[in-house]
Amino acid sequence: MAVRRRGGMQSYPDVPVDLWVTCRKCGAMHYRPEFEAALRVCPSCNYHDRLDAAERIALLLDDPDQFREIDADITAADPIEFSRPSGSYVDRVAKARALTSRNEAIVCGVGPLQGRQVALGVMEFGFIAGSMGSATGEKITRLFEHALRHRMPVVTVTASGGARQDEGLFALMQMARTTAAAARLGESGLPHICVMADPTLAGVTASFAAVADIIIGEPGATIRFAGSRVVQGTLRRRAPVEDHTTEWVLRQGMIDLVVPRRELRETLARVIGHLAPAHVSAVAPVAAGAARV
Amino acid sequence: MLEFERDLDELRDHIAELERDPSADANSQVARELAVLQLELEARTADIFAHLTPWQRVQLARHPQRPHTQDYIDRLCSDFTELHGDRRFADDPSVIAGLATFEGRSVIVVGHQKGRGTTENVERNFGMAHPEGFRKALRLFDMAERFQRPVLTFLDTPGASPTLDDEKRGQSWAIAENMARLARLRVPLIVTVIGEGGSGGALALGVGDRVLMLEHAIYSVASPEAAAAIIWRDSDHAEEAAAALRLTAPDLLRAGLIDRVVPEPDGGAHRDFDTAAANLHAQLAPMLQELSGQNIDDLVNARYAKFRAMGEHQIVPAG
Repeated sequence: MAVRRRGGMQSYPDVPVDLWVTCRKCGAMHYRPEFEAALRVCPSCNYHDRLDAAERIALLLDDPDQFREIDADITAADPIEFSRPSGSYVDRVAKARALTSRNEAIVCGVGPLQGRQVALGVMEFGFIAGSMGSATGEKITRLFEHALRHRMPVVTVTASGGARQDEGLFALMQMARTTAAAARLGESGLPHICVMADPTLAGVTASFAAVADIIIGEPGATIRFAGSRVVQGTLRRRAPVEDHTTEWVLRQGMIDLVVPRRELRETLARVIGHLAPAHVSAVAPVAAGAARV
Repeated sequence: MLEFERDLDELRDHIAELERDPSADANSQVARELAVLQLELEARTADIFAHLTPWQRVQLARHPQRPHTQDYIDRLCSDFTELHGDRRFADDPSVIAGLATFEGRSVIVVGHQKGRGTTENVERNFGMAHPEGFRKALRLFDMAERFQRPVLTFLDTPGASPTLDDEKRGQSWAIAENMARLARLRVPLIVTVIGEGGSGGALALGVGDRVLMLEHAIYSVASPEAAAAIIWRDSDHAEEAAAALRLTAPDLLRAGLIDRVVPEPDGGAHRDFDTAAANLHAQLAPMLQELSGQNIDDLVNARYAKFRAMGEHQIVPAG
């Protein structure tokens, strides 16, 4: 039986399912090899389909083999001993680890982007909807601290449902913690560029992502503060049907630019080059805490 | 009135009735009965409040008669001068902010403000701040740093306002910018959760050198209704969500996410505003004194370390 690879796939008897893919946004069907060759950008509606962390890293870096992952061994604990009707948090994490072969909802490391070493953090949406728990927050914080210590620009790619409810207030505090780390990096003169991919929601939109120096949106991504279930739950009325897309938040003045996937690496390199000329990273690494705090 | 308060209120009514009885002189039958009832009221209040469920605390935290930010400012500070507006878009009445004197020194006070009664609650959006409310707060934080005045914030919100208009004006950005600013602000900051500490809308005023919580206040990643909507896909499971989220002050003190619990008067803060405020004052005054004496670089570094430490993760064994 063919494996349903990503959301939106339809199956027809006697048709090799993997050969066809339907766009998550507009429902158009595409021949998979062509869709993949187009970096999974829908030729009909320009929706930029979700990439997993490995695909994203391959897209952004000059050579994905030169990506040095850091803190890969950090994983979630269970700070409030949480269970949902559908199962315990511990089980959820175990399933997510098995499904993604990652230990957390973000992959962090260092690698060359058009010849320039950058600290790169890419969220893994397949890991509990890319939600931010303590371990996720720890990795993001360490990424900013690593960049500060080694004088590197930071690139983050967000794809997240927001704070991970299963960790209660611990999850909320990751917003403060990651934002504080981003703010401290900001004082050092090193740039943080955030790429908001589909979807970027709630506790991630409203923390380190929103305080980036430059925010790039991927076409067609959903970017918003309150998800429709939250709006319905708190206001007891239906969420507005308006789609909170990249193009919409650009019009509202909240992000800097929308960049097609094919031009993303080049655009990142260009803006980093303007904000942090390459010689900056040649400066000897400063000890942790030596930067102005 | 809350369900579990009903019995107590019946007792209180009975006592009040007897007190009005003209025959209630010192040695009368009525006086003896009164004394017994008063003891019973105390005992039952103590018993109920010693075994509050998380959901009962949620109800207390949201009690319509509970003291709000303005009530605390009035009792803790003198000459409060409220300042309005974000100088960008509008004045948001769901956040109040201004200058005041606390313990003889000028401070900046900022807090979510719920209303009392329907009209005021609608005007104040039930304490759910809009982006312009957070940006008014940000303006005051900047002023605090410029004039080197410490900041006291008061948290009391179900969450940030989540409507389309709030999205349009950048609710996420407003919250994130406040946290970033507070994390690096070069003045002492004390945060007190007085009622509901709901989600990012609370945290936007919630990054400080010390975080206090009133005994029956709650502080949560999302309101119980929002969490239930996310987890159970149905906000009617709010009571279960409240129990699962560990959102009470004693739970959060144990978790190391807050610094102090401020005791409330018998029966909750809404029974006695003055005592609630006096208890808070007793903790705030020496704390502010201590923080004000610290070197500002040390203070900002310690604040970073404080939030840096908030989280529990583990390391996957190698192999």
